[in-house]
Amino acid sequence: MEYLLFIVSDPAAPTYIPEEDNIEEWVADLESRGVARGGNRLRPVSDATTVTVRDGKTIVTDGPFTETKEWIAGFDLIDVENLDEAIEIAAKHPMARFGRVEVRPVWPFE
Amino acid sequence: MTSPDAGHGATEVGRVLASVASSERLRIVSTLIRITGDWDLSEDCFQDAVARALTSWPECGLPDNPGAWLTTVSKNLVIDALRRASTERNTTRRYALETEIDAQERLTAASGGEGREMLPGTSDDALDDDRLRLIFTCCHPALAMDARVALTLRTVVGLSVRETAHVFLVTEQTMQKRLVRTRAKIRAAGIPYRVPPAEMLPERTSGVLAVIYLLFTEGYSSGSGAELVRSALAEEAIRLSRLMVTLTRHSTQLPEVLGLLALELFQQSRAGSRIDDDGDLVLLEDQDRRLWDGAAISEGIAVLASAEEERQRLGGVPGTYQLQAQIAAQHATAPTAAATNFHRIAELYARLGRVSPSPIIDLNRAIAVALAEGSEAGLELLDILDRNAHLADYHLLPAARADLLRRGGRFADALPHYMRALELAPSDPERRFLQRRIDEMRTTAQTPSSTAPPGGPPMQVDAT
Repeated sequence: MEYLLFIVSDPAAPTYIPEEDNIEEWVADLESRGVARGGNRLRPVSDATTVTVRDGKTIVTDGPFTETKEWIAGFDLIDVENLDEAIEIAAKHPMARFGRVEVRPVWPFE
Repeated sequence: MTSPDAGHGATEVGRVLASVASSERLRIVSTLIRITGDWDLSEDCFQDAVARALTSWPECGLPDNPGAWLTTVSKNLVIDALRRASTERNTTRRYALETEIDAQERLTAASGGEGREMLPGTSDDALDDDRLRLIFTCCHPALAMDARVALTLRTVVGLSVRETAHVFLVTEQTMQKRLVRTRAKIRAAGIPYRVPPAEMLPERTSGVLAVIYLLFTEGYSSGSGAELVRSALAEEAIRLSRLMVTLTRHSTQLPEVLGLLALELFQQSRAGSRIDDDGDLVLLEDQDRRLWDGAAISEGIAVLASAEEERQRLGGVPGTYQLQAQIAAQHATAPTAAATNFHRIAELYARLGRVSPSPIIDLNRAIAVALAEGSEAGLELLDILDRNAHLADYHLLPAARADLLRRGGRFADALPHYMRALELAPSDPERRFLQRRIDEMRTTAQTPSSTAPPGGPPMQVDAT
């Protein structure tokens, strides 16, 4: 099953400690399992642009579509056996400690 | 088949059917779910099989093996249903089911015996696995706690949707919707139907025990409303704990499972004395100990001893349920409230607090310390707890402080804390209890010549 992991910042989480960031190890583990289907970090929300079309008119605004203290800092698409494996992988991501990870099953069109 | 007229009246058939349906349901349904992946279909076909037995058994007589009969008919109904909805995926599942069942029936025929079970994997361990798969799936942490409890009640315990709805005080329709949503999440989120691998087992087993204990405590004292003892639910939780003991008998988790069972037995032993005739709370120390269920206490002691034996064999420190059961055992075996070993209880609470830190455990420890060493020592510990934001709205904190002050003869000081507790108390019996104390404080505070503090000892959290 495919899951998209949203790597989310959380202002209430413990302070980020660069020395404890094991993201390279995490990516290597995904590669060796053969479950990685692509992922990356994202530029901060200050670089976001929101696009809306209303009555045929395109409205472009600066920033994210909603004001929030939590934002998506990255994403990873994984293809694993089941939710337990997705949870295990998500739990090893450094941002599970310094932020949070939302695990969403991909919903393919039949 | 036995002869239909050999004394098997409709009542007898009904009695046998009810008993077999209840003892075989979990085995049959859990195995059908494993093979078909369809929770509703599996449950419905089992119910249909029971309905058929109700008409067929009185006519044709009781089958020699009623459990096998129900299994075979449930299985055939599933195969028929899958055949009717013959999409490609169903065809695959139907073949899987038929193949496994055929293999089993050949095996049974070869052994020349009457099959106890017509489903694949008749060894005890394999059947245990199916039931465990179902329990672990119902209690998966990716489901909301309410959803876990509801699904466990419906699927593992076998309550009807109406009965499950009653437990949650919602309508049958609402509960039906919740159950459908929960089963949909299991499918859509990819929650596996399996016993978790060894590295996940301790955590996931704790999760299952937490669901069972929640069932038990909901049965023991409802958080809101007047219905304080829902003893049927507590009995189901005990039954489920016994099943977990059987199912985890080869697992490293056995000591904690035994610990939970012992804890429940000790608490249930007091069910008959915890509420008086008016539906009011009777504090642990005011309870008539002659009303305690001696058989449950003896069993609790034996179960706790085997938990300790297993723990020593496997190594490690006692977990939270074993420690809580040890505390409950101290209360259950004390001849009188005054003779209770509160030093030992305070020490056990300290250990419990180290294993699973919680302000409620600290509160209980403070009360035990007060009873062992005097009110002042307990009040000092409560001062520390007062600074804990998690307990700000917890009625037992001001109730405990009020009672320790009362014991020290400081009735006027106790009064405002009783009133604060009354504001926060969640259930009618607790509110009535606190109101009685407030009335006593008002009367006693005006007659300073009185020496003995009124009422009994402090309001203990009768959960451990």
